[in-house]
Amino acid sequence: MPKKFQIKIDGKNIDAMEGETILQAALRSNIDIPHLCQHPDLSVRANCRMCMVSVKGIRSLVTACSTNVAPGMEIISKSPAIKRSRKFNLEMIFGEHVEDCPVCVWNSRCDLLKYRKELNSKMLRFEDRKVRRPIYEFGPIVFDQTKCIDCRNCVEVCPVEYLEVSGKGSEIGIEPSANRKKDCIACGQCIVHCPAGAIKSVGEYSAIDKLEKLFKQKDKIVVVQFAPSIRVSIGEELGLPYGAAATNQLSAGLRALGFNYVFDTSAAADFTTIEEASEAVERIKKGENLPIFTSCCPSWVMFMEFNRPDYVKHLSTARSPEIMLGGLIKTYWAEKEKIDPKQIISVSVMPCTSKKFEIERPEFKINGLKPVDIVITTRELSRWLLNKKIDLKKIKPSMADNPFGDPSGAGVIYGASGGVMESALRTAYWILTGENLKDYNLFKNVRGLDGIKRAVIKLPRPLKTAKGVRTELRVVVTNMIKNARLILDELKKDPSAYDFVEVMTCPGGCIGGGGQSMPVDNSIRERRASSLYVIDGEKKIRLAHENPAVLKAYDDYFKDVNKKHLVFHTKFYPKNRTKIITRRRVKADGALQSDKYKK
Amino acid sequence: MNIIDKIKVAGLTGRGGAEFPTAQKWQSVLNAKKANPKKPVYVVCNLSEGEPGVDKDMHIVEYFPEDVIIGMRAAIETFHADKAYIFVQSHNLKKVKSRLGPFIKRLPIVFFPEDRGYLAGEETALIETIEGNRTEPRLKPPYPTEKGLFGCPTLVNNLETFYCVSRILRGEYNSTRFISIRGDARNPGVFEMPCTATIEHILKKTKNVPRFGYFVQVGGGASGNILLPEELETTIKGAGSIMIYGTKKTDGRKLMKRWVEFFYRSNCGKCAPCREGVYRLREELGKAKPNWLILRAVLETMRDSSFCPLGKSVHEPMMSFMEKIGVK
Ligand code: SF4
Ligand code: SF4
Ligand code: SF4
Ligand code: SF4
Ligand code: FES
Repeated sequence: MPKKFQIKIDGKNIDAMEGETILQAALRSNIDIPHLCQHPDLSVRANCRMCMVSVKGIRSLVTACSTNVAPGMEIISKSPAIKRSRKFNLEMIFGEHVEDCPVCVWNSRCDLLKYRKELNSKMLRFEDRKVRRPIYEFGPIVFDQTKCIDCRNCVEVCPVEYLEVSGKGSEIGIEPSANRKKDCIACGQCIVHCPAGAIKSVGEYSAIDKLEKLFKQKDKIVVVQFAPSIRVSIGEELGLPYGAAATNQLSAGLRALGFNYVFDTSAAADFTTIEEASEAVERIKKGENLPIFTSCCPSWVMFMEFNRPDYVKHLSTARSPEIMLGGLIKTYWAEKEKIDPKQIISVSVMPCTSKKFEIERPEFKINGLKPVDIVITTRELSRWLLNKKIDLKKIKPSMADNPFGDPSGAGVIYGASGGVMESALRTAYWILTGENLKDYNLFKNVRGLDGIKRAVIKLPRPLKTAKGVRTELRVVVTNMIKNARLILDELKKDPSAYDFVEVMTCPGGCIGGGGQSMPVDNSIRERRASSLYVIDGEKKIRLAHENPAVLKAYDDYFKDVNKKHLVFHTKFYPKNRTKIITRRRVKADGALQSDKYKK
Repeated sequence: MNIIDKIKVAGLTGRGGAEFPTAQKWQSVLNAKKANPKKPVYVVCNLSEGEPGVDKDMHIVEYFPEDVIIGMRAAIETFHADKAYIFVQSHNLKKVKSRLGPFIKRLPIVFFPEDRGYLAGEETALIETIEGNRTEPRLKPPYPTEKGLFGCPTLVNNLETFYCVSRILRGEYNSTRFISIRGDARNPGVFEMPCTATIEHILKKTKNVPRFGYFVQVGGGASGNILLPEELETTIKGAGSIMIYGTKKTDGRKLMKRWVEFFYRSNCGKCAPCREGVYRLREELGKAKPNWLILRAVLETMRDSSFCPLGKSVHEPMMSFMEKIGVK
């Protein structure tokens, strides 16, 4: 147990713990010391210098984010000198940041503006010095150097070291790596960790207009699906508490926007579970390409295709729930509803930026059609609802549409790290024993935000496989590429270390995705995840293979193996490096936008 | 008396400019070594000397090469150091090698040539440079004496400090320091003077009291403080350097621009106040009518909140110049 003691901030006694920083202690006691570069997910770099405080006994000011507390420490965080230095520092930071708030991922809710107000900083003291800097686009990511305040959060958070610091002094800039052996995997973690809104995904926020135009086209049927994790994060930018479950408000909100049909991706996750569990059992029996890796995280797939092509045969061939549902909509559902699939515009709301890239994969096409036509992020949907003044707190909740409106609990927990594994294990248990799971806590070990969660599953009865009799299965659940790398290293030493591996690129799984509501940190991710497990716990049906709509679809439509392949499975191949497109702010445009805002 | 005690009694402080007690630094390295005897220890002789007007270390290389190596050897032996580096600007390498090389013999001393500029002389930036990273300062703590080069205890001392250690060992240390006198000096050069000598005394002794109206910059030709002739009854703070400027012939704006250009070239860009501040100083000074209030505010912000000594130090010469000499 770390020692606890008291410190004083601006004359107020607060609790502090040995080993924490002044900033951590202050924030825990709801005292905000301005800070821009310190994100709780990341290391202390102390380079924005906004958090200067004075400590009794130390002559010069120190940074609260990098100075540890000590018993009896007396801190002044608000003297005129400190305020002056912060105010001016922030003005200089604004001088390297082109403000385009209306189309920024922060939508004026950023810390820059918060502290500007508090410190009375002038946004316009200095001319925007970076207005002519490049704006890069790689895959679904747009990286705008004109807004970058050089904090380097993105450099640290990028799981593949794709973003690099180049140049020195005021010439410094964050650049996509020139190293041909590195490629962005489109996870969007750089976006949600950028304090300055310098990074966003393609389509933020122009996709909204595009969709509204499509709504007006009478010959189109616009169908939307929302991913498991959206229901617990959508409210955050709209005034609901972090992690508040809002499934039916969300469906109602999507209808209010004008979508013709609203489906729940979790319902399709039940198909994924069945396909993936069957594949896993099959491969374990044959002893073939083990361990099996999950493949519903497109960033993880990209990582493997680019960095470890030797391993792609281990990926499950099951498509991700989103792509499955897109396919289901344009085949099974269209046929049932007697709709020409060409008329359908299939939209998905995803927690994820790499989904924007994933839908372009040509091998997904079914009869020439993409399963999903447009992806928008949680943020884009929030912005849209906000613009349309649709208030999720007041809206009359309604269920998503059948047949993909009522998922099992297993489909819902897909949104959290461990969810895919747990769902698959629940169903695999049934495949192997013919019995349904009675104790839902059996696989609890794979839940939670830890980066690596291992579990040994005792089989109810011995299983004969091509490689001998098995009495247990070894599984591991990881999130974040750095942890997945550790597992790959383990597998190099001992190829039979695991049978089944779940990997999600984002911290905590999709609830921590790069398309999610901002801000995000561990406590917020925790709230989102636990909400999903609450929903699961409250569901009558918690097993994918018990979902009646799913069973009906298998019976009615998917007895044909070819159809199953077409809609549910895919293949992988070594990936080429993503092209980088460079643009610049048109001078007039840049000026126009700033002018408008600066008044 | 062991060597650290001897250094302590001599009252030696670091000659790079920070004036940290040398014995204390050595003791910290030794403590770190004792706490973790298996970890390698590194010794670095800092010869980066990147500031205008400061060239006293190269003078020592020229005239007292053996002392430098004796001082380094003492450190290597005290800590059982695995390796020692001489951190030297590439363009000086040839000369330094030819002077110091012959005395190295079997000691584990290597040269580390670099061309990363002034900031590379800051001890944590120096460590980052040797490790192959960007030349940027590190957060402290941990201090290099505990976790320096490659995470190991590391002693970084200025070259002159090692020279002094050698003198202490020989019993010949007389509390002197080297001072380079440059600028509009009548008798420019590097001189060895008592540490307690006032600037006035130094100028007199070296026949450098100008016959014209002048002011001096002390402690570095960019970051040093500006002093008027009537303020010279004080010792030198910072690096051993005195720059002499003729008041008439010096264009104040140009001089300030020159300093700012130097910092603009030298700063690493890690922290906001310095990266942005120097940019804005440069921009402001480039205008026909600079806004002196803004200039002042920028300088204060840099002094109060920059990450490392470089950013903090821009304030001093600029403000003291504006206050004492004034600009149009
Ligand atoms: S553009 Fe800048 S100031 Fe505006 S919301 Fe985004 S981060 Fe904040
Ligand atoms: S999207 Fe992910 S992989 Fe790509 S640059 Fe950002 S953090 Fe790195
Ligand atoms: S892009 Fe954002 S996160 Fe990256 S350095 Fe710039 S401001 Fe920081
Ligand atoms: S003060 Fe200047 S040189 Fe020092 S870290 Fe900051 S930017 Fe770099
Ligand atoms: S938050 Fe402390 S320096 Fe940026």
